[in-house]
Amino acid sequence: MSKRDETIPAGSRSREDWEARTLGPTVDRTPERPVGFTTVSDLPIARLYSREDRGPGWSEGTKLGYPGEFPFTRGIHPTMYRGRLWTMRQFAGFGSAEDTNARFLYLLEHGQTGLSTAFDLPTLMGRDSDDALARGEVGKEGVAVDSLADMEILFRNIPLDRVSTSMTINAPAAVIFCMYLAVAEKQGVPIASLQGTLQNDILKEYIAQKEWIYPPRPSMRIITDLMAFCSREVPKWNTISISGYHIREAGSTAVQELAFTLADGMAYVQAGIDAGLAVDDFAPRLSFFFNSHNDLFEEVAKLRAARRIWAHAMRDRFGAKNPRSWMLRFHTQTAGCSLTAQQPLNNVARVTIQALAAVLGGTQSLHTDSFDEALALPTENAVTVALRTQQILAEESGVANTIDPLGGSYFVEALTDRVERDALAYIERIDALGGMIAAIERGFPQKEIADASYHYQRQVDRGEKTIVGVNRHALQREPKTEILKIGEDVERAQLRRLEKVKTERDASRLAAGRAALRRAAESGENLIPPMLECVRAYGTVQEISETLIPVFGTYREVSVL
Amino acid sequence: MSQAAGPAGPGGERRLRLLVGKVGLDGHDRGAKIIARAFRDAGFEVVYTGLHQTPEQVVSTAIQEDVDAVSLSILSGAHNYLFPRVIELLRERGAADIAVFGGGIVPDEDIAGLKRSGVLEIFTPGTNTEQVIEWVKRNVRPRSLEPGR
Repeated sequence: MSKRDETIPAGSRSREDWEARTLGPTVDRTPERPVGFTTVSDLPIARLYSREDRGPGWSEGTKLGYPGEFPFTRGIHPTMYRGRLWTMRQFAGFGSAEDTNARFLYLLEHGQTGLSTAFDLPTLMGRDSDDALARGEVGKEGVAVDSLADMEILFRNIPLDRVSTSMTINAPAAVIFCMYLAVAEKQGVPIASLQGTLQNDILKEYIAQKEWIYPPRPSMRIITDLMAFCSREVPKWNTISISGYHIREAGSTAVQELAFTLADGMAYVQAGIDAGLAVDDFAPRLSFFFNSHNDLFEEVAKLRAARRIWAHAMRDRFGAKNPRSWMLRFHTQTAGCSLTAQQPLNNVARVTIQALAAVLGGTQSLHTDSFDEALALPTENAVTVALRTQQILAEESGVANTIDPLGGSYFVEALTDRVERDALAYIERIDALGGMIAAIERGFPQKEIADASYHYQRQVDRGEKTIVGVNRHALQREPKTEILKIGEDVERAQLRRLEKVKTERDASRLAAGRAALRRAAESGENLIPPMLECVRAYGTVQEISETLIPVFGTYREVSVL
Repeated sequence: MSQAAGPAGPGGERRLRLLVGKVGLDGHDRGAKIIARAFRDAGFEVVYTGLHQTPEQVVSTAIQEDVDAVSLSILSGAHNYLFPRVIELLRERGAADIAVFGGGIVPDEDIAGLKRSGVLEIFTPGTNTEQVIEWVKRNVRPRSLEPGR
């Protein structure tokens, strides 16, 4: 047996030791690059993470647990993607109901497993296509839906008991949901079998996306009515998708996205409890929706921290007993705001990194943005590349082979802890303001986001943050990209259909329905049954929404610059 | 050293007043807020309309507030309707000398048409805010100083 060779130096015993012995001389000779080592959200990143970064209280048992077990840091399922891959759910909607129906059928044919509906701006604001403010916007950013007649076309030849449908709609969410129920009734599908998700997250509208009708408090009532209705009648439906996506798109940091989204979630849970619902009756149907931006590890940390914070809040703060109430399930979409109009094919690379972050973060479903989305609505070719990106991740890259592949990484665990700590500090500030609704009324999250967004823009303007193809590696001449154009004929055709619906429907049935809806709003009984009756009578989104305005009022924004 | 001709000349001309507006139902106000703040930090006076304004409301505000230019941020795809409509209303109300420019998601092939309709400039995604400020300093003049425009 030979003795250890004394001429080979032993490894460093600690980080300090390594810094003194090995790192120091190197840095003296060749200094590090003179850039700020920070995340895209400006969190400082250290040179190296090691065992020393785990604080004295850090233990795998409390911080990580095992997959499918509290606090779900490593994932909500015991098998994760070995059991079932994430749902590939591309958001689609443009032009007329016929156009979007054709895109849905195309996506289903190409292996997509769930539908996701984008509505146009007038619909999102609860306005009909013939409203003055809708001029020029009908069918532009999504599909125009005025009445059940449009919804029937949108889901034509799509059996609603065999797909899961996500609908991105908020202020008039209950009306659109009733239209979906009415289509199911017409198809002969029992509503109890319907599966899908309604975004229905009004709080983030006041914070970020700005599509509202009523003030926050009556809006919360509509949501709790819907939660109560669904827990009885449509038990497999996800009643709210509590969304950080738009908060991030509005310019927040990753920590703000996480904190404000979870604080919104806590406000919905509190509202449900205050409305007399048992937490375990509705909490398992809450789901979340996060953004995935360019900073791979920051995003993974955010998603892992989200699960841990939510599990603790549901168990310890709200007293939920059902483990399903503790699990934060979420959809992810890649960051539209990170895409560039310059050299648009570069966006394929960005989307790949962002999608990878979502998968490493344990997402349940994923939308990958199309590379041309900074220019216009995506073309079919660009949508296909985006879907193929997910399929390559799922079926070629190997990342779905094992659960939480980054778990235990010194860096990822340290960043997860940091993001969790910073988010909890925000949640405490919001609690101190009296909860999220009070915070919104005071413009708190709005101001924090505006500050972060301005800060980031200044960093980009000064070249402190790089956007490839924009402030570095730019081209003098941009290649031409084919884009999708929505013609004005969509608006004209939609106006004709709306007029036809209005003349052909049973006006007295609708009038009775609207009167019943108004009475329910005043008396406090559940709004959903009379709303469904209005929809069956071909009431329009705007007519039904406006029925509630005399009781609920309208919202005026406190504008924060 | 060359210097861009600024609005606040040695004679103590008044500072430029700019309206930053969001027209239509489009709620994407990230860009509008950033540019409003950048304009303010650059020393301009800024009137921000808030969201969901009709073209009529924007034009009324522009006239009441006596602004030198109207800048609109449009990310909804409705630019081909909203920009020309604002310009038409400004003309109708005898305020055609208020400059109109803007930004947002506007395809290249639409920009020429918008300029023909009277939009002075369209800034597309990725534009540095300092470029916009420089452009304003070169192209927007206080209204009262140029009655003939």
